[in-house]
Amino acid sequence: MGWQPATDDDVVAGRRARFVVAPASTEEVSSVLRAAAAEDLAVVIRGGGTKLDWGMPPGRLDLIVDTHRLRGVVEHAAGDLIAVVRAGTPLDELDFGTQQLALDSPLPGATVGGAVAAGTSGPRRLHYGTARDLIIGMTVVRPDGAVTRSGGKVVKNVAGYDLGKLFAGSYGTLGLITECAFRLHPVPPARAVVLRDAPAAELGALLAAVRAEQVAPSAVEINRIGLGLGTVAVLVEGTAEGVRDRAARLEKCLSGSIGELPPWWGVLPWPSDGVGLKLTAALSGVPSLLAAAPEVTIRGSAGAGVLYAHVVEDIPETIALLRAAAGRAGGHAVVLTAPEAVRPHLDMWGPVPALSLMRRVKDRFDPGHRFAPGRFVGGI
Amino acid sequence: MTSLEELAATLRTALGADRIVSDRQELRTYECDGLAHYKVTPGLVVLPRDATECAVTIRACAAAGVPFVARGSGTGLSGGALPHADGVLVVTSKMREIVEIAPQDERAVVEPGVINLHVSTAAAPHGYYYAPDPSSQQICSIGGNVAENSGGAHCLKYGFTTNHVLGAEIVTPDGTVVELGGRAPDTPGYDLLGAFVGSEGTLGVATRVTVRLTRLPESVRTLLAAFATTDQAGAATSAIIAAGVVPAAIEMMDALAIEAAEAAVACGYPPGAGAVLIVELDGPAAEVEAQFARVTALCEAAGATELRIAADAGERALIWKGRKSAFAAVGRISPDYIVQDGVIPRTALPEVLHRIGEVAHARGVRVANVFHAGDGNLHPLVLFDAATEGEAERAEEVSGAIIDLCIEYGGSITGEHGVGADKAKYMPRMFTADDLETMHLLRCAFDPAGLANPGKIFPTPRLCGEVPRRHHAADPPPAAPPCAAEIF
Repeated sequence: MGWQPATDDDVVAGRRARFVVAPASTEEVSSVLRAAAAEDLAVVIRGGGTKLDWGMPPGRLDLIVDTHRLRGVVEHAAGDLIAVVRAGTPLDELDFGTQQLALDSPLPGATVGGAVAAGTSGPRRLHYGTARDLIIGMTVVRPDGAVTRSGGKVVKNVAGYDLGKLFAGSYGTLGLITECAFRLHPVPPARAVVLRDAPAAELGALLAAVRAEQVAPSAVEINRIGLGLGTVAVLVEGTAEGVRDRAARLEKCLSGSIGELPPWWGVLPWPSDGVGLKLTAALSGVPSLLAAAPEVTIRGSAGAGVLYAHVVEDIPETIALLRAAAGRAGGHAVVLTAPEAVRPHLDMWGPVPALSLMRRVKDRFDPGHRFAPGRFVGGI
Repeated sequence: MTSLEELAATLRTALGADRIVSDRQELRTYECDGLAHYKVTPGLVVLPRDATECAVTIRACAAAGVPFVARGSGTGLSGGALPHADGVLVVTSKMREIVEIAPQDERAVVEPGVINLHVSTAAAPHGYYYAPDPSSQQICSIGGNVAENSGGAHCLKYGFTTNHVLGAEIVTPDGTVVELGGRAPDTPGYDLLGAFVGSEGTLGVATRVTVRLTRLPESVRTLLAAFATTDQAGAATSAIIAAGVVPAAIEMMDALAIEAAEAAVACGYPPGAGAVLIVELDGPAAEVEAQFARVTALCEAAGATELRIAADAGERALIWKGRKSAFAAVGRISPDYIVQDGVIPRTALPEVLHRIGEVAHARGVRVANVFHAGDGNLHPLVLFDAATEGEAERAEEVSGAIIDLCIEYGGSITGEHGVGADKAKYMPRMFTADDLETMHLLRCAFDPAGLANPGKIFPTPRLCGEVPRRHHAADPPPAAPPCAAEIF
């Protein structure tokens, strides 16, 4: 393992690093981070690089720690429905046969560590939860280089603080995740998707109808491309007999029809150079959130209260509008990504509750503020 | 006056005398939680009516440097609510309002003293319920569930408290009221709520909790299967899981546990069984029917000697009665017992049960086994008679040996009861000094003075120390850029 001088590709949200290093084990990560601590280097962690420009640009950047050599499945205990996976393993490479890590990734090529650290999720979060719910244990190397574990390899475990939840979604600001233990789920033998196109104004009523039906969907997604029509797509998974019955009931309650997974399923609605937002809302607030910006493309897990928007015009104003609407709906609007030229004019994270407590956590874990400084909420 | 007497005077003035308990006899009624052999009389008990009163209490504790312990219904089994002799016990039993049932959002908002089952009862008319169901759900509080990240029989399919808590208003140990999470998912920033749930009262006190409501299943089917041995029952469990079925619950009891349950509640389990399994499936009717046929066949193939299928809710309740009353029932066959709460990988179940049997036999101690077979969470009940010299010590040895077995097989020292005061000493067997130090960093972020439930979770008292001076972006960069070759 050697430290390499950074190249033109080693850039994080417009800021170029000085060095790149790709450790191949937790122990090597520990050595690297100890050295980085001794030299007061600012560090950004890079997995598949699919979300590297999410959040604010790092205030300073010396070293990119690339996780691509931390690859592979350490353990798959099929009888126990668990697996331990190294952080640099691409999510779409995981194959557990008749079992699965039920974590949908919206970005092809994303690593396990990146998906966990950025807290991405996809349609089936409605049924399986998100990374924070699927993680049962985690190995993290702290900014000072200490190797620490929390949780374990059993699904049920309340020994000590559940630090996996703290690191999940922390954007690499508290330490470097090297391994995660996950609970797995069986791959259901059958599935069906029921779709219904409807005027955008009717989507809310359709969502309520699905909630009222006791069909236990795995995903309830919507797609609304500007003014006019939208689509509701509901996924059910289970036994062949069960799925047949449940899908038939959904066809009836939605006046829809069984079809294929639509091409937009689980895909973020913005291009790589677009302005992309994550919107959250209480379930009953989803219709008003959709109505607040009728011309904006909004898509996502409406059944879970999580949506994604591609903002094209009047960017700061539209973001402000969506943020206000999300707030009224009990949620938040976060700008996940935006072109460099636009960023200086945006408040990427918006208002964040409990910020002072979050700063205190950051101060304890990374007192030198060297890990992705400034990238996270409130300039953390 | 002592600092505690001064504190009592302050709080009497601030909150009113009826919120404060300082009479010695009355204080003694709070001396233990569900782990009754640990007893400490609290220095003072405060019964706040709302978040503001709770914050006033904790702020006063912080100002006086007095430790505090939160207590809900006091049903915990690890001594998590064990009082501090020179501290304040903050009891949430006066905070019992169900603030809101919001089926349209699939949420409920409750105060911490609300009883777990009451949430489901309130949500039922809307077609919803609150999924986490610890065996004590008729009396345990949501605040306590949050502190302990409580499980229950049905968490195999539905997850634990942490998967069902979306938001909490908490009072941090300096007396500040802070909102974590909310009604919508994925609040931006660190998932402090995820870290708070299961922190056993060491990071603060929840004063209002937003929980997920789950749609009532259309169909529930419950099966009681009797087997000659726990090995066979374990094999049936593995076969069900291997078939890709995720039941709502799979519970197992061994012969001694069956005997106790029978003596206590006459649940009518098949006589002479070496083990029984309770398997419950729930969900859409067509799905449950298909899977139930599969489960029944798998139990038969594993050698079930008798299968009983609950025909209605009454029969289902009877099947569950034996299981849910098992801990208390053991009192019928033994004057004293220790409840363990270790976890092992499910596949190690038969092997570990044999080894528990060997350990118990070697020390002449009886162990009744009741457990959540689906997720490998064991509840061995180590029986003893404290009146007989040496029995308590031998039982304690067996209990410790079971913990060691759980760790040896890659499991955990606690699946749902918490570390509390009881298992803090075992934490270093499961975690390294660095692991514990990392957990302590979180503790220090919330509670640098160490006043919230001290002596729990962590095996040795620790101080937090000052936060080292942060590096500001405006600070000058390090003098010379380090050369890669110098570093490695």
